[in-house]
Amino acid sequence: MTVSRKPPQAGIQIDGKAHAVDPSRNLLEVALELGYDLPYFCWHPALGSVGACRQCAVTQFKDENDTQGRVVMACMTPCADKTRFSLAHADAVSMREAVIELLMTNHPHDCPVCEEGGACHLQDMTVMTGHSYRRFRHAKRTHVNQDLGPFVGHEMNRCIACYRCVRFYREYAGGGDLNVFGAHHHVYFGRASDGMLESPFSGNLVEVCPTGVFTDRTYGESYTRKWDLQQAPGVCHHCALGCNIMPGERYGRIKRVENRYHGALNGYFLCDRGRYGYQYTNADDRPRRARLNDAPVAAEAAAAQLGEWVAQGRATGRVLGIGSPRASLEANHALRALVGDANFHRGIAAGEVACDDLLVQILRQTPARLASIREAESADAVLVLGEDLLATGARLALALRQSVRNVGFAMADAANVPRWQDHSVRLLAQETKSPLYILGPRATGLDDIARRFHRGRPADLARLAQEIVHLLDYTQPRAPGLDDDAIHLAHDIATALKTAQRPLIVAGTSLESTALLQEAANLCIALDKAGVAPSIALLPRAANSMGTALLGGGDTDAALARVEASEVDTLVVLESDLYRLAPGARVDAALARLRQLVVIDAVSTATTAKATLLLPAGSFAETDGTLVNHEGRAQRHFQVFVPGDTDIRESWRWLQQSAPAAGVDFGDTLDALIAQCAGANPALAGIVDAAPSARFRLAGSRIPRQSHRSSGRTAMHAHRDIHEPRPPQDADTPLAFSMEGARSGAPPAEIPIFWAPRWNSVQSVNKFQHEINGPLRGGDPGVLLLGREATAPYYARPAWQAAGTLEVVWLYELFGSEELSARGAAIATRVPAPYVVVHPDGAHGLAQGRRVECSSDGLRWMAELRLDETMAPGAAGVPRGLPGVPAVRAGAALRVEAA
Amino acid sequence: MTARTSPPGKPLTDRIRPEHPPYGLADYERHGGFQGLRAALKMAPQDVTGLIKAAGLRGRGGAGFPTGVKWGLVPMGAEAPKQKYIVANGDEMEPGTFKDRLLLEGDPLQFIEGMLIGGYAIGASVGYIFLRAEYVLAAERLRAAMRECRARHLLGRNVLGSGFDFELHLHTSAGRYICGEETALISSLEGKRAIPRAKPPFPATAGLFGKPTVVNNIETLCNVPHIVHYGADWFRGLSKCGDGGTKLYGASGKLRHPGAWELPMGTTVREILDEHAGGMRAGLKLRGFLPGGASTDFLTAEHLDLPMDFDSIAKAGSRMGTGTMIVLDDQTDVIGMVRNLQMFFARESCGWCTPCRDGLPWGEKILAGLHTGRGQPEDLDVLRQLTRWLGPGRTFCAHAPGAMEPLQSALKHFRVDFERAANRGVPITAAKTGAQT
Repeated sequence: MTVSRKPPQAGIQIDGKAHAVDPSRNLLEVALELGYDLPYFCWHPALGSVGACRQCAVTQFKDENDTQGRVVMACMTPCADKTRFSLAHADAVSMREAVIELLMTNHPHDCPVCEEGGACHLQDMTVMTGHSYRRFRHAKRTHVNQDLGPFVGHEMNRCIACYRCVRFYREYAGGGDLNVFGAHHHVYFGRASDGMLESPFSGNLVEVCPTGVFTDRTYGESYTRKWDLQQAPGVCHHCALGCNIMPGERYGRIKRVENRYHGALNGYFLCDRGRYGYQYTNADDRPRRARLNDAPVAAEAAAAQLGEWVAQGRATGRVLGIGSPRASLEANHALRALVGDANFHRGIAAGEVACDDLLVQILRQTPARLASIREAESADAVLVLGEDLLATGARLALALRQSVRNVGFAMADAANVPRWQDHSVRLLAQETKSPLYILGPRATGLDDIARRFHRGRPADLARLAQEIVHLLDYTQPRAPGLDDDAIHLAHDIATALKTAQRPLIVAGTSLESTALLQEAANLCIALDKAGVAPSIALLPRAANSMGTALLGGGDTDAALARVEASEVDTLVVLESDLYRLAPGARVDAALARLRQLVVIDAVSTATTAKATLLLPAGSFAETDGTLVNHEGRAQRHFQVFVPGDTDIRESWRWLQQSAPAAGVDFGDTLDALIAQCAGANPALAGIVDAAPSARFRLAGSRIPRQSHRSSGRTAMHAHRDIHEPRPPQDADTPLAFSMEGARSGAPPAEIPIFWAPRWNSVQSVNKFQHEINGPLRGGDPGVLLLGREATAPYYARPAWQAAGTLEVVWLYELFGSEELSARGAAIATRVPAPYVVVHPDGAHGLAQGRRVECSSDGLRWMAELRLDETMAPGAAGVPRGLPGVPAVRAGAALRVEAA
Repeated sequence: MTARTSPPGKPLTDRIRPEHPPYGLADYERHGGFQGLRAALKMAPQDVTGLIKAAGLRGRGGAGFPTGVKWGLVPMGAEAPKQKYIVANGDEMEPGTFKDRLLLEGDPLQFIEGMLIGGYAIGASVGYIFLRAEYVLAAERLRAAMRECRARHLLGRNVLGSGFDFELHLHTSAGRYICGEETALISSLEGKRAIPRAKPPFPATAGLFGKPTVVNNIETLCNVPHIVHYGADWFRGLSKCGDGGTKLYGASGKLRHPGAWELPMGTTVREILDEHAGGMRAGLKLRGFLPGGASTDFLTAEHLDLPMDFDSIAKAGSRMGTGTMIVLDDQTDVIGMVRNLQMFFARESCGWCTPCRDGLPWGEKILAGLHTGRGQPEDLDVLRQLTRWLGPGRTFCAHAPGAMEPLQSALKHFRVDFERAANRGVPITAAKTGAQT
């Protein structure tokens, strides 16, 4: 929900204690913020109030003399000036207990076998109200459960009908296939029939549900109680938004990923790629041992071997490093420092390098604000240029879904209806939406809330954007060759952007079109000149694309060219699969020219299969490191656990450990490497402050990764060794692999567990927030790195070329386009087989569903033909990164023939 | 027949001929029909509302809210939203209530005329009739009447050349009691779940599709043409009490002649039961009665001389509700009757708020136990608690508080019956130790 805070102007009393509060807010959020434990179910900080569960009952008094008072629902009651409330009044206390007793008439006694047990909001609230003895002696209602697909389990008997699930799924996230059926105490929350939940945000049901109806199925398949998980603050690695996650481990496996609240980014919600993308970390085929020439080698010897080769390469100039936008800054920096600046390449192809560099330049020189996800939510007019956000930055798409409600909030303000009165605001707004325009190569999952959309090839989209720029600033040239419809649309969009208070331009690198990025920049310049203060969000592709762009380095095409020219003996590849970056034959031929290929990676790829020296790297869960998100926010993620008997270690540690043999000194801690990285790259100087260093102590203690209730420490390994092993020591962070230490008041970047006395579920986050929906106490984690430079002039346009033959336009899949997440068992079931999308007019008689052979730049592959009316004519949509789809070039000519 | 010259004493049922089809348009007009509309179209809309206020017409759906006041809450004038709606609540599902059905089946045109005047008064160009699904005959007759009206330019664009446009739609409900609650009705009309809405915003400012909306009961609207035609004073004169007009009273139960009658507002309970319903059947004595449908408190023989009007019945601790009484005799098991009512209310809960959704079935189950010899002494404590937990202010809407009215009053007036039933069962503690009572 959009936050609109006013300064405290109302004096209210709660149980005799005076508080100054914002009168436009409701008593429940105010009470929670003030530290009162007031139970609730149907209210959710992001979903607002609907008054359904009747749990947050308090007594409100008419005036000073009123002793009786009347029971009201705190979530539905504004904090009007001079109001007296009581949480402790007998009527309110008995009402709150009554609601629990009523809910419990149908709730089963299955806490011991329920996955929610111990982390259950319903349990917490039950204890909080004091209800303990069941008087209901009749039969409970029962329901049939559904198979909702690989992500979410369903156990409807536990349902307390708070309606949060459908409110989130349908109203907040725009899903259509989960609904509430039936009436009275038979209300049923599920699908019309068994089947996979379609929303890309379905996993949030697990956290939105206050009890165990919706549970994480991947977690359930290898279950551990919440209090037995070892956790550390994480950052999602599956797109560039940098959502904060909370991975939990037990027995050397990541068991689940939960949302980790970040006020400026993900708030309370993750996309399903982010939540379920972790499973690759547990895959059996991960490299776990260092191997030299396909034989095991001791880790120390392996590191030394790498160092030796690098040393030789440094002497001869015949070493090359290829970094990765999915690897940490520390690892990329270490590789770059080892091989030398001129020999470092970023692990992305030339087209993407050009886009990433342009993107950084634009963000530094734009007059627009750089929009965080939360800021995107408050935009009142949005133009999306080219991005299919539900696949390339899904959490941002969810934010835009909220942004279209802003006109409704304005209507509510005018009608004196508080913004938190969720259903009343929706009732007032009905179908009225703030403008959202989507320009893209084909239909997207956000089109249902878009005022208008336009489909075209990237060059056509850029042309339409150019026309909008012209309409905002007549000094800019008109776009060539637009038809009347497009010109009218440009007028509409220009008007909507110009008349908005907080317009937002969203673009990205997904189509590998510098023209689109430039027009996004031009739009911001034009809006700024028109006196409107725009915001901009530009999405690069990968989790650390921004970091690697700030670090710099060449592209893989140039790297391969040097290898092909036999200029290289040793190629060190960091967390990259070259076969995803260049055609396989080219990579094969290039690698054959090397003396040795060193690959450091956490997953087995076609590239690791060719490695002379393979160094098994830690996944996000086994490493600390720093990533930079789309807005230039450097965030540290922390190691969740130390993998047991393996050679797995952080990529940067492999490099650090090989450095002495190469005559380089990276120190021996993360902090030392961070300091070097920051020192060597002025643009990255801020990363030191992304989180407190390893020297930080909380009340003299480390911060434990385990809960104070963690159990089985002495028994877990007893089948191997009855001696209790010493817990691993963490020299790199202030966190401890232990249940001992100080918890309360941990710095926001280093909170490993959201828990507070009486609050065992995810709802406990309210105890960590400075204000409900606001930043965490102590400020939201991360450091914004991008310094602002003088505003650039308009970018000039390249000459526009009319559509020729069918050209490759990248399409993206939420499940499949991102390399790591697609390897997990649950997500793998959602990854489609290779396909190619063309407009029916360009199908040349080939039928929908036909197997076809695609060819482009000499590459050939099989795909299923999809005919899509919404696909831009002249474009062939190729799903990027899907298994079986080769590394073709965006914009290249493509032939589609019957197989 | 010639046109009537003197005003009718029973305006609502004047044209209704039991066992005959309703008048068609020509006959309706010959019997004074559409005089009210014609008069209204010559008045300023606000004056029509003022007239209804002056007549003291109170809503006949059960709550008794003054109709003119309700209309007056709708924004009028140039600043007001262009689109407004008037909705007729014909979801008559209150147990024991069948007065609106009688009016719709017997004189659909009278209702349509009321709807037109209401629409004109609040500036609504579209009206919806929300009709109970089971009222098949009423629906058929309404459709026929609407067809005739359209053909004669009484519905559609430019009604009777006045410049006033009015489209009328008939929507038959899927059959939920909660649709009688006006905001749930609106939700249902919008195609959403029939769940009541939080207020504010009130329907008068943001109702159907977010536009200003008035929801009136069928009987309420049927009064309107007569008020406009014959005037507020005439309407007040029909009544025996402060509230204007006549009322369709009904009575069911083991009476000699159960039925519905149009009588002056404020007619006493005794007169309705004895003179019109013919008194109790032979050998039966009146033990109590629900004055205005199932969701009102029981009254007893001592209240027989009360006038049936909103304020008098409220003073006695109940509500006049729909004015259709259900009578309890001395041979009928009161627990069985209350159980039956609670079964209805539990089934008809929309499932939105906890006390109603989960409290009503608990009450129903306890009553089933008491009714079938499986009661326990603790049951009465729970029932009494339920009447508090499901009371006004504790729930989202008035459904559960309404359901508690017959229960709480039965527990008070017929305590002996409940205590006897509660002590008939074997207490858990005794059963556990093997002791028998």
